[in-house]
Amino acid sequence: MPLLEFTAKGIYCKQADVYLDPWRGVDKAIISHGHSDHARWGSKHYITHEVNVPIIQHRLGRVSVTGKKYGETFHHNGVQFSFHPAGHVPGSAQIRVEYKGEVWVFTGDYKTQIDGISAPFEPVRCHTFITECTFGLPVFQWDEPKIIHDSINQWWAKNHAEKTSSLLMGYSLGKIQRLLKHLDPSIGKIYTHGATEHMTQVLRQFIYFPETELITRDTTKKEVEGNLVLAPPAVLGSAWVKKLGRLSTGYASGWMAFRGARRRRAVDRAFVLSDHADWQGLLSAIKATGCENVITTHGYTDLFAQYLREQGWNARTEKTQYEAETPETAAAE
Amino acid sequence: MRRFAALIEQLDTTNKTNQKVAALANYFKEAPEEDALWAVALLSHRRPSRPITTALMRQWAAEVAQLPEWLFEESYHIVGDLAETIALLVQQDVVGSPPSLSQCIEEIIALKPQKEEEKKAYILNRWQSLDNFERFVFNKILTGGFRIGVSQKLMTRALSKAVDVDENILAHRLMGQWSPATTTFEELILDPKPEDQISQPYPFFLAYVLEDGFQEKEAVLDWHIEHKWDGMRAQLIVREGKLFLWSRGEELITDKFPELDCLAEILPNGSVVDGELLPYKDNIIGDFNALQKRMGRKTVSSKLQKDIPIVIMLYDLLEWEEKDVRILPLAKRQELLTALYKKTKGEGVPLLLSEVLHFSSWKEVAKERDRAQQMRSEGLMLKHKDSPYAVGRKKGTWWKWKSDPKTIDAVLTYAMRGHGRRTNLYTDYTFALWQGEELVTFAKAYSGLTDAEIKQVDQFVKKNTTYRFGPVRQVKPELVFEIAFEGIAASSRHKSGVAVRFPRILRWRHDKKIADANRLEDLKQLLP
Repeated sequence: MPLLEFTAKGIYCKQADVYLDPWRGVDKAIISHGHSDHARWGSKHYITHEVNVPIIQHRLGRVSVTGKKYGETFHHNGVQFSFHPAGHVPGSAQIRVEYKGEVWVFTGDYKTQIDGISAPFEPVRCHTFITECTFGLPVFQWDEPKIIHDSINQWWAKNHAEKTSSLLMGYSLGKIQRLLKHLDPSIGKIYTHGATEHMTQVLRQFIYFPETELITRDTTKKEVEGNLVLAPPAVLGSAWVKKLGRLSTGYASGWMAFRGARRRRAVDRAFVLSDHADWQGLLSAIKATGCENVITTHGYTDLFAQYLREQGWNARTEKTQYEAETPETAAAE
Repeated sequence: MRRFAALIEQLDTTNKTNQKVAALANYFKEAPEEDALWAVALLSHRRPSRPITTALMRQWAAEVAQLPEWLFEESYHIVGDLAETIALLVQQDVVGSPPSLSQCIEEIIALKPQKEEEKKAYILNRWQSLDNFERFVFNKILTGGFRIGVSQKLMTRALSKAVDVDENILAHRLMGQWSPATTTFEELILDPKPEDQISQPYPFFLAYVLEDGFQEKEAVLDWHIEHKWDGMRAQLIVREGKLFLWSRGEELITDKFPELDCLAEILPNGSVVDGELLPYKDNIIGDFNALQKRMGRKTVSSKLQKDIPIVIMLYDLLEWEEKDVRILPLAKRQELLTALYKKTKGEGVPLLLSEVLHFSSWKEVAKERDRAQQMRSEGLMLKHKDSPYAVGRKKGTWWKWKSDPKTIDAVLTYAMRGHGRRTNLYTDYTFALWQGEELVTFAKAYSGLTDAEIKQVDQFVKKNTTYRFGPVRQVKPELVFEIAFEGIAASSRHKSGVAVRFPRILRWRHDKKIADANRLEDLKQLLP
């Protein structure tokens, strides 16, 4: 019997009778991180890394959540569980599962780059590695984050000099805070959209960020001019944006590596910055686990598994309901 | 190269015409003239001939990236653009510095006669000396098809701003076959010599699709009405005893139509006419496929000339007695053209005059339009009697009023990922009709759906794939679409036995089940 099975409700550990990131309501859910396709509504009890506790409660309301530290072990019916940094977003964890000497690791989502706000990815030795592969294609090769952050600050500074505001868009949980952390506040003021401000406030108890100010009804165009606004991509084309006055728009996502996606998004500047591992990142993570078996869950799963098989791993694909982002859904958060 | 790549990147990041024009004008002003000239050439689809096959480029790229070929191909299908796929896959630390644009293209031209290993060494070296986007642009130059959302008109406008020469004059100077390898910025753009220009065509004037409500606003008597002949638009030039024939795509096609050579003596020097090339035998206009057959041949045999003789149906007069007469009102040009036609008319002269039709009401015009198929035309042209022969597409004075397309309901059977802006979405579809219990492919169509509909169909394709081969997915037959097309002809090259022209999606028939789709016989009934 495999230690973890893929069922209609999620990834299931029969021995412990718990689910990992289930997509339907269950009694006990162990959660890798706070994104909505992994921490889903409807379960009776959630166990997760402690940083995720306020995130999950912010998203799902008053649900029962237990927080754990990285490396802290806990047991269910003889099965040992622990969380290990996944480097994806603050609080994100790989879930290590051990029973009678057999070790499986489920990554949730992860990246091997260091982003300055999440605990850096730590490889965990295991027999079976269940991995995401959102960007599991060799065309994805990320630049050093510093290069991207520098170009964002240069873009902002140039806009500032031209009395144009900069609208910088990205995911509300993780990406926006990563961007914020590396903005240069000496250029100007940093404003936020409601959705991004709330999540940032939740994370301020754990991480230091530059100051932000929420855009309200009373905020005038004049105040915003030359400054930077952080917002989710859904605002593009909305009335909210029109209130901001003269704008240059920027969007940070791994998908911006594709020229077609950049042109479709029709933003002024595209920044290739992802919270997922790129091709080399995925391969190096897998190697570092020393695993024999790989199960790919979301992204370019079939192609990636085929490549891994050719490289000597016992790799296969399992269907899950984690939303493999695509260039189309990347903006539809 | 660096400057040119930066320009392309800039053009990519804006949808605003003014910003595009400004970026281009800026480039033309700042770049060295030889680079600017190559930029003009590339943006008007003149590129150096391809020194290597794309198959080799793929192979080398897979090698550099240390990837199995299948993974390279899959990546290409997902990225949707070969130049970009290679640029992304062969990322490496940049070594050396990029050449200028003109230098780079000279290198590409010089590469053509070289041996394969020399070509490979050069290409691999260049890939390494360029950054990501420069490498993409370099690959684009190599593979051709420089489509980046900049029309020739836009480019001409920007160039006009940069060099301060009237846009229409520039459009004329940029016409025809020229290459930066044999001319200079000065000679071509700034100060051309008249003697270099005897083959130079004028920019074609193009019509818009007729707008709704046109007839209510306009008096029928103000309009010159003729059939829209279904052949190939062309411009015929006779200067200094020589004849030149240009296609609308600015290709010199004189050699393809030797039966027109006699016109060099029949038409007076300094004449330029606009007309339609048509197959014409025994006083009957032939069909478009016959003309295509001739265009497809490298050499034109006398048998082919005999089987499919060609005439030029005259529409307009652009140059008369060595003078540019495009500014004269159409009625005046037509008078001159008619006189010229009458004077030259004779046995075996391959000229016809497109007849100007006279009507007293729009109702009569509509009736004539219904006769289009019978007349072997595509519909009618409406041109204002006072209109000059303008440049490019300008709204208001020339309209095309085509016959209504024929339509048929067909089933979606295969889908393929799109390219460019539509990369990653399934946007290219194959449609089938019933033959007995079987669905037989009859057409492919790429356009006609809204962005929202494309997304829905894309979702359907991803969820209902029954078989995949490379970029193509076979899908469960379930969706029915109304397909419109212009013409139809029997064809032995198509499995269905029928070839349709310009197939496109008219609408998604949510109300129809696949059993309600048309049969192949229904389509065949439409054959003339």
